[in-house]
Amino acid sequence: MTKEKDTGFKRTDGRKFNQIREMKAKVGVVPNADGSALFSFGDTVAIAAVYGPKKMHPQHMQNPEKGTLRYTYNMLSFSVTERIKPGPSRRSQEISKISEWAIEPVLMIDNFPNAVIDVHVNILQANASTRCAGINAAALALAHAGIPMKNIVSSVSIGKLDKQLVVDVSKHEEDWEEGEGATDIPITFTPNGDITHIQLDGKIETKQLKEAIKLAREACKEIYELQKKTLKESIKINEKK
Amino acid sequence: MTNRTVVIPGEVIVTGEKFLPGENTERKGKDVVAMRYGLSEESNGLVKVIPLSGVYQPRKGNVVIGKVENITFSGWVVDIDVTENAFLSLSEVPRYVNKNSMSEVLDMGDMVIAKITEANKKSIDLTIKGRGFGKIEEGMIVKINSNKVPRVIGKEGSMINLIKEETKCEITVGQNGFVWIFGEKIENELLAKKAIIFITEKSYIDGLTDEVKKWFEKEKK
Repeated sequence: MTKEKDTGFKRTDGRKFNQIREMKAKVGVVPNADGSALFSFGDTVAIAAVYGPKKMHPQHMQNPEKGTLRYTYNMLSFSVTERIKPGPSRRSQEISKISEWAIEPVLMIDNFPNAVIDVHVNILQANASTRCAGINAAALALAHAGIPMKNIVSSVSIGKLDKQLVVDVSKHEEDWEEGEGATDIPITFTPNGDITHIQLDGKIETKQLKEAIKLAREACKEIYELQKKTLKESIKINEKK
Repeated sequence: MTNRTVVIPGEVIVTGEKFLPGENTERKGKDVVAMRYGLSEESNGLVKVIPLSGVYQPRKGNVVIGKVENITFSGWVVDIDVTENAFLSLSEVPRYVNKNSMSEVLDMGDMVIAKITEANKKSIDLTIKGRGFGKIEEGMIVKINSNKVPRVIGKEGSMINLIKEETKCEITVGQNGFVWIFGEKIENELLAKKAIIFITEKSYIDGLTDEVKKWFEKEKK
């Protein structure tokens, strides 16, 4: 892992600073969809379903030059302890747009003019890092749907609790109040190490941000390996009768 | 059979200048990289990825089965289950058609077997000139995943010929995943349908044709 030594910082759930929560991934969870996937970070569970490419409707939204990616992020009302109002909100619309931009660079949709690829991401259970779990699930589902892609993206959130950087923040850590408080940095990478999306909520020094990116890059490698394994193992070639 | 492995988008299949990137692959420096999720195959230096999922991509020369969606003054609009509707022009019908009674030749809702003469980003053109094309009057239609069509047809039509022989049915497989089955008896049609569904479910097995032969023997007892 990183050269950075373990400062002995204890996280509330007993994880090391660079340890991701237990991840689970599965493809083909929605039989009706063209492609689908489930991805979870501990208690955060996201399901993605991909439909298309299909004709864009209404017609005035069609783009004759290239296809469109339409990403819908939605938190189900029972995903958090206090019931949230179902339906689109300011927050979910923003996350939808952000996730769309995170995935679009790797998607090859130039060959689908007037068409749309619909990605529906639903959060079944939320315990922070939902957008990251959503992006990971969506990347799996898009590959599963057979859409031409340059690469698969992996996403992770880096937190800064007071002055300590941690990988994959949980809800408890997100509400950190001691010292400088909590900073949340969701980052998305391609396996080549290119960043397709980065957000920052809070404050952080330039030097430490660079460290955070380094940390995220390591973590994303781990996530990518899981995504790769999941996709490869979902097909059994030459299975014995 | 050549060696096949599962690849994911962005994965390096082979490294080396002597390999040629084929369907669904791309050259990146020295590597040949997959662009779609599927099975990679390499023969004579040509590397390609056989997709296992995804919607049908119309190609020139493909035989497809579609449904007449609309009648315009110069032809028929046919839905062949792709993003763009296909167009069957009046001039591509092998007999004289009275413009006022076009619905007598093909009405809305009719299923039709046609060939793609032109497929580009803007439009898909069809023809029903030739043997075996035209309106479907009887029989049954089965929809399968369009990625499984090559398995149903088999190498040089070995699989489809086997089913035709065993069931004595007439079968046309549209590249878009629609299969038309027409037999003397309904039992034969149902057997053919069952066989096709069996193939789509077992499509990863090596030596599938022999497997289907055994299956027919078992079914006929």
